[in-house]
Amino acid sequence: MTLGGYKIPIAFSLLVWCLVWEVVGRLGLISLIPPFTEVLGAMPEVMGSASFVEAAAITFQAYGIGMALSLTIGIGLGILMGRVRAIGELMGMWVNIFESSPLTAVVPALIALLGFGLSTMIVTVFVFSVWVIALDAQVGVERVNPSLVEMSRSFGASKRDLYVKILFFAALPELLAGIRLGLIRGLKGVIIGQLLIAVVGMGYLFELYSRSFLMAEFWALLIVVFASAFLASEAVAYFERKVSYYATAR
Amino acid sequence: MTDTPRNQQQEGELATGREEPAVRVVDVTMDFAGGVRALEDVSFALPKGELTSIIGPSGCGKTTTLKIIAGLIQPTSGDVLVDGSSVMGPGPERAMVFQDFALMPWATVLRNAAFGLELRGVPRREREATAREYIAKMNLTGFEDSYPHQLSGGMRQRVGLARALAVDADILLMDEPFASVDEQIRRKFQEDLLELLSGENKTVIFVTHSIEEAVYVSDQVVIMSRGPGRVSNVVRPGIDREGGSDQIRRSPEYLDWVERIWVELRDYLEQ
Amino acid sequence: MPSFVPVRVVRAVTDPRTLRVLSVLVVLALWEWAGRVPISPAFPSFSQTMAAFGEMLVDGTFLDAYSETIPPLVVGVLLTGLGGVLAGIVMGLSPRAEWFGLPVFIVLQASPSAAIVPLITFVYGIGFAAKVFAVVLLSAPVIVLNSYRGITNTPRSLLEMSDAFLANRWQRIWKIVLPAGSGLIFAGLRLGLAQGFTGAVLAELIITPTGVGDLITFYRAQSAYPYMFAAILSIILFASISVTLLQRLEQRIFRPEMRAT
Repeated sequence: MTLGGYKIPIAFSLLVWCLVWEVVGRLGLISLIPPFTEVLGAMPEVMGSASFVEAAAITFQAYGIGMALSLTIGIGLGILMGRVRAIGELMGMWVNIFESSPLTAVVPALIALLGFGLSTMIVTVFVFSVWVIALDAQVGVERVNPSLVEMSRSFGASKRDLYVKILFFAALPELLAGIRLGLIRGLKGVIIGQLLIAVVGMGYLFELYSRSFLMAEFWALLIVVFASAFLASEAVAYFERKVSYYATAR
Repeated sequence: MTDTPRNQQQEGELATGREEPAVRVVDVTMDFAGGVRALEDVSFALPKGELTSIIGPSGCGKTTTLKIIAGLIQPTSGDVLVDGSSVMGPGPERAMVFQDFALMPWATVLRNAAFGLELRGVPRREREATAREYIAKMNLTGFEDSYPHQLSGGMRQRVGLARALAVDADILLMDEPFASVDEQIRRKFQEDLLELLSGENKTVIFVTHSIEEAVYVSDQVVIMSRGPGRVSNVVRPGIDREGGSDQIRRSPEYLDWVERIWVELRDYLEQ
Repeated sequence: MPSFVPVRVVRAVTDPRTLRVLSVLVVLALWEWAGRVPISPAFPSFSQTMAAFGEMLVDGTFLDAYSETIPPLVVGVLLTGLGGVLAGIVMGLSPRAEWFGLPVFIVLQASPSAAIVPLITFVYGIGFAAKVFAVVLLSAPVIVLNSYRGITNTPRSLLEMSDAFLANRWQRIWKIVLPAGSGLIFAGLRLGLAQGFTGAVLAELIITPTGVGDLITFYRAQSAYPYMFAAILSIILFASISVTLLQRLEQRIFRPEMRAT
């Protein structure tokens, strides 16, 4: 997009949308949407509040532990599925089914089994994110050029060498894609989990703000959460771009 | 060895007469973004009805030159004249054959071959009939309803050729058309191409890597050097085409020309 | 492999279909065992769940529930399908539309838009429209972005070819760009359907107690765990089957050899 001859980077379109938001808010067109500046104003208040700090802490905890679990198990499982055909066939069906299922429906069962606390949130994060990580890891490993494997064997590589020096890098682009998607889904999981549990975390805060019609606070919190999701995703995308130079030439 | 065509002594045969060349490339310079100069002051002429090859090392800008003549790229400076008028973009008098075949994988051989006509609004019955004709000329009868993925590389390129011939353009532009084809089939294709063109009066420009190919098929060979791409020489092999293809490929004349061009290219590679 | 095991048997055992059947049986057996232990009072065994499932199937509970869940899902996915694909195509073709639209959808796709669902009631109440909106909200980004990618990933070679043969702008879009991108567009629809299910379930669990979501909530409140699990199982199965059917269709129409990318 160019204006007066200067090319404007695409990220600036978000600023334009903020402007639109401001105008819509000032005109009072939708009661749900206060002016953008008001939302910005509420942000320090929201982020400084004790309930936010508490909610963020518990969210980070659940997300961190859940993702650590799903990354280790997901990548491990995916690599196994990619290298051993039988396991790939066996587990593949389940991974595919769960990867595209509305796992939200499972959360009430988790609540019934594990209660309204941290463990439910951790399991929710795990359940939401592990499948796509495993699937992409499997694809990455399956797509490794057999010549690379043969080459390393012919030069005397041990099994450990094979995995660490060849397979890891050859599968890295798909692995990273899977991790990025897994991070996004894990975050969706923790939020959905909290929305359904309703008494803890960000979900509770969202419910609270919307119930009390504190719209500026609601949107401020939303922006914080959305921005974090976007940053996490872009962080991984950055690494994806760094390896993309060899992604197509494998 | 750096004669420009304007004051050059044509080797092998007298230069063709005063007829306006089908294509005239005049001082074409091409700069790409990032300061890369792909072509510098490239000039040559394509006499009407003749087959001209462009040969040179990788990166010398042969394909870029072809695309400029095709009107797909605009040169930074210089001009390309087709029948005396400047080229502004692709035109109905020029048809292209692509190195990677550029066939639509979701369409049948028949539709692919008729595509040039389809884009010109030729009614379906007519364009399919024409396409069938050229498919037959390419010895692909029976494959009209097949899809590209069901064909070998050589067959796919024949579809590309049929497509280019079906629009009956005066000028045929071929971008390493036989590069992706098996070696054994490649020779046959070269012979078939000559036979195909013998009846027509088309002007053909043919980009290739292979000196043998260039000498075998061409009336004129434009030799390019790289860094940036320039015309280093234009020669006319003028080999005797009587006798079978095997005779030709073993004739001393043919081998001499191949050797001469090879020596010239080698000098530029070593510079 | 020990030599006394015939090759026939080995092949039969490692045959993918056998493995799948085996894995299902193993999982069901584990489930049954876990339910009988029981690992938790809230965890019913497989047989208990199936009994409840059968009951709800026969007495029309499922029928009633799904007749409330499916319509907003279908309407939502159709709306997003048509509108989203169009939006993605426009974004792919028009640099201006791309500039305005792309960052928004990229952010939306990465973010937990589920957080917005509770707000929906303020605008759309707790009825049909609210559920449709939830479906649209969750499925739109993936559909739009996939269509966009389908349009922008047209192989350069084919575009050049069409230019060389004098295609005008509309011919180029209609005969090359759209057919080449149709694979990704359809994949986007499939992913959008999967997300749509999530939206419908979420809406039913949070804002409007109807349909399958309500079954789940209701039975949980009653501690009728076999019935709750049966309801959950039903929606998981339903979603998996629909998405798989769509995937099969996709693979038949857009066979890999016929795809440009």
